[in-house]
Amino acid sequence: MEYLLTEEQQMIRDSARQIAEEKVIPVRAELDEKEEFPHEIMKNLAQVDLFRIFIPEAYDGLGTGSLELALAIEELSRACLGVATSYSANALGAYPIILNGSEEQKQKYLPSIASGTLTAFGLTEANAGSDAAGIQTTAVKDGNDYILNGTKQWITNAGEAEVYTVIAVTDRSKGARGASALIVEKGTPGFSFGKKEAKLGIRASSTRGLIFEDCRIPKENLIGREGLGFIIAMRTLDNARTGVAAQGVGVAQGAFDEALKYSRQREQFGSPISSFQAIQHMLADMATHIEAARALTYAACRQLDQGGKNVAKEAAMAKLFATDVAMKVAVDAVQILGGYGYMREYPVEKMMRDAKILQIYEGTNQIQRNVIAQALIKEAAAKR
Amino acid sequence: MKVIVCIKQVPDSSEVKINKETNTLIREGVPTMINPFDMHALEAAIAMKEQVKAKVTALTMGPPQAESSLREAIAMGADEAVLITDRAFAGADTLATSYTLSKAIQTLGFDLILCGKQTIEGDTAQVGPEMAEMLNIPHIPYVRKIEELTDSHIKAHRLMEDGYDCIESPLPVLLTVVRELNQPRLPSLRGKMAAKKAVIKKLTSADLVIEPNRIGLVGSPTKVRNIFYPSHDKSDRQMFDGTPEEQVENLLVALKSMRCV
Repeated sequence: MEYLLTEEQQMIRDSARQIAEEKVIPVRAELDEKEEFPHEIMKNLAQVDLFRIFIPEAYDGLGTGSLELALAIEELSRACLGVATSYSANALGAYPIILNGSEEQKQKYLPSIASGTLTAFGLTEANAGSDAAGIQTTAVKDGNDYILNGTKQWITNAGEAEVYTVIAVTDRSKGARGASALIVEKGTPGFSFGKKEAKLGIRASSTRGLIFEDCRIPKENLIGREGLGFIIAMRTLDNARTGVAAQGVGVAQGAFDEALKYSRQREQFGSPISSFQAIQHMLADMATHIEAARALTYAACRQLDQGGKNVAKEAAMAKLFATDVAMKVAVDAVQILGGYGYMREYPVEKMMRDAKILQIYEGTNQIQRNVIAQALIKEAAAKR
Repeated sequence: MKVIVCIKQVPDSSEVKINKETNTLIREGVPTMINPFDMHALEAAIAMKEQVKAKVTALTMGPPQAESSLREAIAMGADEAVLITDRAFAGADTLATSYTLSKAIQTLGFDLILCGKQTIEGDTAQVGPEMAEMLNIPHIPYVRKIEELTDSHIKAHRLMEDGYDCIESPLPVLLTVVRELNQPRLPSLRGKMAAKKAVIKKLTSADLVIEPNRIGLVGSPTKVRNIFYPSHDKSDRQMFDGTPEEQVENLLVALKSMRCV
């Protein structure tokens, strides 16, 4: 389908595709098997300026929008979701600074992120998943510092990133309005990491806890002002949601490509299995769903890029639909490859393991439905 | 330091087809790329900019569509690009090519010239050394490592079959490079955007001080009589049975009977 991409958008997509094909595909099985963080690929991505695309021009970035980021993420996800997640997490970690950071914070951190410094976003805790308002980590003001205590869980890029944007409670009495966003640098005394989690999929990505034990950070590291933490977190997730949708489109496309290729080579009963209607109908459904997911994702991105303030619903729809499509298509790809698909020799079993996280992270698909429904009801109420 | 990198646009295809009438490669409709060895030369030149103050010029001779390869070179980090293009240059063999290139290089000015060791379609490895001779400068072929580079001299490793030679030379000098030298970088987005806007300088026969009988087809002493694929006759193949020892014994007997050993 023709999406009328600009020359610059095509350039970004092609750069990401080149890295996916030349640098990711040859090592993805090994990264998955060894649960190894893709350091070299992150360097490659930074070198071709793909870290610049989500950083504003004023801070040494290219200042492109969410569609450009989605195009890059989609291409990487097509090859390996573990790599794509490690890359996307940098945008997630940078958003709080981009959206609400002070001029000094932007000057200090964004140019270095643009050239490849890894970042991470720390929100989730053991008892604060879908209910992000339930976070326990505290940041207590002490003179010119904040003292952080608590533990963040399942943080992508933890241990690998240099800069962390963390949500902590500064005033428990105010509930959700008592949370704040803070910047913590790796190496700050009192800041350490939990064990590396063993996961079903996206095993190339690093998932660890952030442990704060009387970790003292200067008050200049507060993003925005006290109490804005929850709003910053939600705005960050609104921006990141289309990225996860793009991951879904990418994984689905990658799995579909493998299934189509295999179905044309594999012969049973004297014919390629692609000549059987049972397979044809599966392929047709897969391709149709992928195209619908892509169209919805790009449309949500474009709305976001046109400065639409209220795109939570559209972004949630894209995330929900594209990631459900990714799961379904990956399962069907394994089915088309049959016994071979179940074996690690072929890439689709990994894609199927990888795809599952998409329905869970950055807001489960149940939460996305809540977001969509709340927006629908609000819109209906506003019309009265 | 003025660094010139000579590159060539070659077919990006393993199935190269030949025009039976002219005995030349069919280039139309075949995807193209920068000759892979030249990518290593480009990388070396661009990496030099991080060490010494250098201006990198990518140079190629070819049809107007070779401009796309020069834009790729700029995307990688070359500062400027020059395309030598003129119908009068068409049909050049290695001698006429190196003559034309060396004349252009003289016009441009240089301290260091970098070339890939050979192209992947002609495979002659002649143009680099021939240019050095025509420019009357030393050359170091098959460079696998540049150990030292200053404004006045260079120390480089020349790859040999049984190791390498360490060669020191004053500048100006011409190097031809091998794959072992480096890993070519991917073009950055900023580079690609710059390449899109870059003005490619064009040189025609009128811009160069040249002898007309030394360029193009006229200036090419190489005459290709015939180009053909080597035939593989499988009729005299023999398979040996038995234990490995017996197979080796039988192979040896057969080779001896053919006077191969």
